[in-house]
Amino acid sequence: MSVDLEKLAEQEYKYGFFTDIEQEIAPKGLGENTIRMISSKKEEPEWLLEWRLKAYKHWLTMKEPQWAHVTFPPIDYQNISYYAAPKTKDRPKSLDEIDPEIRKTYEKLGIPLDEQMMLAGVAVDAVFDSVSVITTFKEKLAESGVIFCSISEAVREHPELIKKYLGFVVPQHDNFYAALNSAVFTDGSFVYVPKGVRCPMELSTYFRINAESTGQFERTLIIAEEGSYVSYLEGCTAPKRDENQLHAAVVELIAHKDATIKYSTIQNWYPGNAEGEGGIYNFVTKRGRCVGRNSRISWTQVETGSAITWKYPSCILEGDDSVGEFYSVALTNRRQQADTGTKMIHIGKNTSSTIVSKGISAGHGQNTYRGLVQIGKDASGARNYTQCDSMLIGDKCGAHTFPYIEVKNSTAQMEHEASTSKIGEDQIFYCQQRGLSAENAVSLIVNGFCKEVFKELPFEFAIEAEKLLSISLEGSVG
Amino acid sequence: MLEIRNLHVNVADQEILKGLNLKVNAGEVHSIMGPNGSGKSTLAQVLAGRASYEVTEGEIIFEGKDLLGLAPEERACEGIFMAFQYPVEIPGVANTYLLREALNSIRKYRGLEPLKHVEFAKLAKEKMGIMGMPDNLLKRSVNEGFSGGEKKKNEIFQMEILEPKLAILDETDSGLDIDALKVVADGVNALRNPERAFVVITHYQRLLDYIVPDFVHVLVDGRILKSGGKELAFELEDRGYGWVEEEAGKAVNN
Ligand SMILES: Nc1ncnc2c1ncn2[C@@H]1O[C@H](COP(=O)(O)OP(=O)(O)OP(=O)(O)O)[C@@H](O)[C@H]1O
Ligand SMILES: [Mg+2]
Repeated sequence: MSVDLEKLAEQEYKYGFFTDIEQEIAPKGLGENTIRMISSKKEEPEWLLEWRLKAYKHWLTMKEPQWAHVTFPPIDYQNISYYAAPKTKDRPKSLDEIDPEIRKTYEKLGIPLDEQMMLAGVAVDAVFDSVSVITTFKEKLAESGVIFCSISEAVREHPELIKKYLGFVVPQHDNFYAALNSAVFTDGSFVYVPKGVRCPMELSTYFRINAESTGQFERTLIIAEEGSYVSYLEGCTAPKRDENQLHAAVVELIAHKDATIKYSTIQNWYPGNAEGEGGIYNFVTKRGRCVGRNSRISWTQVETGSAITWKYPSCILEGDDSVGEFYSVALTNRRQQADTGTKMIHIGKNTSSTIVSKGISAGHGQNTYRGLVQIGKDASGARNYTQCDSMLIGDKCGAHTFPYIEVKNSTAQMEHEASTSKIGEDQIFYCQQRGLSAENAVSLIVNGFCKEVFKELPFEFAIEAEKLLSISLEGSVG
Repeated sequence: MLEIRNLHVNVADQEILKGLNLKVNAGEVHSIMGPNGSGKSTLAQVLAGRASYEVTEGEIIFEGKDLLGLAPEERACEGIFMAFQYPVEIPGVANTYLLREALNSIRKYRGLEPLKHVEFAKLAKEKMGIMGMPDNLLKRSVNEGFSGGEKKKNEIFQMEILEPKLAILDETDSGLDIDALKVVADGVNALRNPERAFVVITHYQRLLDYIVPDFVHVLVDGRILKSGGKELAFELEDRGYGWVEEEAGKAVNN
């Protein structure tokens, strides 16, 4: 009996089911009309339509980025539908008005929308294809002044905040996918935490892609006023399909003076099958601005899904003494490809950043860490610590690292540690000798490898992440 | 309990064990001594089921079962435990976590309910006490940053929790100070009973003062050249291994 690390079995993707409900799906294709249609569906003000159209015009002049270490056939943007929503007469105001099939879907995903059944202390915004179907605990959060709703609702209810902050971090023309998103974004979450408030609950958004041949263009905006604190978590899943589907999101975080935003992601989009057919293209721009002194933005991501991941949650450290953090676990099994990392842009004095990246490659997976640490000329006393570890399981997968460092201030302190290791046959054997199967041994060792990142996740989600990692590793040993 | 017949083993296409025979009955303690590189650890690893050691000939019967047909974890679940000569480090995995998973995996194999957290914690605490190990070694990552002696003690600690039928100790005494040696020996002796057997690999007769063996075997160049009682260990300590080889050489030549 040997541990055959190369043998790759088909793992079961637990969330691959499809919900059969009546949906309103826009015809495929992208043009100004598409954008007008989306904007009118969402009853948006004129200025926002103009904003979208401007982004669209710019997008037409742009080319897809080619520098990422990923390969895929060209995407036909005219062959995608840009809007899909469950058919309901009106926007559901309470749980009872939601289609029972959708409620069942979320229950199956382990996210009951009934406030009584939910994890205590976690509020959920449930986004189903292009629309948010419900946001829970809104009233309770409102008591402390926290606004938590879908971005579409925020456009209607809090236009002044949207006008001020939309594109504040990621400009429309930032990059190809961000420009596309700015033109056609549909739903996502909006969070506003007023001055001095510590958000009393964990906030979370659960993104579900359901409809066929549609793209999902999430837009999320989180604003933390002076001295406030918020912890936010997003989860994502999609049905199993032979086609590739695009999820192109933009997430913007703004932390004012003394504010902290903790943003965690558990990304489990359908990864495609063993031959690399199907799966989500997860092309995402996530960025935060630490505008105020002593503010902090902390990104934690566990990326186990998607056929391709292209994602660099970043921090612009403008305020003096501000702190940026990036903790990442990215796992690629089968034919998955991930090109992910972060940018830490130090502008203010005594700013500090921490990067801990754990890449795991199994099967034929390709895993790339790409990171930039930039110390501006006025950023005296800036510090960065980067730790970048890769683990290989088997010998058909790949790990790559591209760390870029630009230092324009001589007082900067930079520390960089990197390692690449093959999962130890001796470690697996040691665990087997104690009674564990090879599969459990691998999962135990990989979870140990990721420990430093998991401990940054809110407790309930850390357990979830460990389980997810074990499931995603299934079939990586035979 | 264990019977090894004419065992031939290749490592990296080189024959290391060249027709080894050994019989171990329940309740017995066998000591294996022999020069560096003679194949002692190879024997231990083959018993535990390491894939890179290729058995080219011979058979191993454990409790009536063909051991070579079992996966390493199945052997562990059947009651074989090996204390490694070089225990590996597993960063980020708490010592107690691995051990609880291991124990519950073995219990499951035997149709027993998993041990609850509190029950396990109690058991671990008790055994830690016996081994004179500080509590923090439980919470720390498996063997990571452990001193040489702590690693060896940790192996015996694991053995005490898992209560194997056959324990193979590969140079568990190397690197131990004299007090630790006694603790380890006490740990082994406490587990000695008529149902359990030990194979103790060592270079030093000193260990055998504490763990008194029923048999001593001399392994040279992949074969057991001589077997005897515990007095053989003294003779080896005095005279080295040369005479055993000479004696065996004469026997072959005659
Ligand atoms: N993976 C390997 N690749 C090549 N040779 C190996 C490997 N493992 C063991 N050997 C060789 O097999 C022989 C026997 O090794 P083994 O570890 O069994 O010796 P030992 O009797 O335990 O020695 P020591 O007393 O030094 O621990 C040695 O010559 C060793 O170099
Ligand atoms: Mg040895």
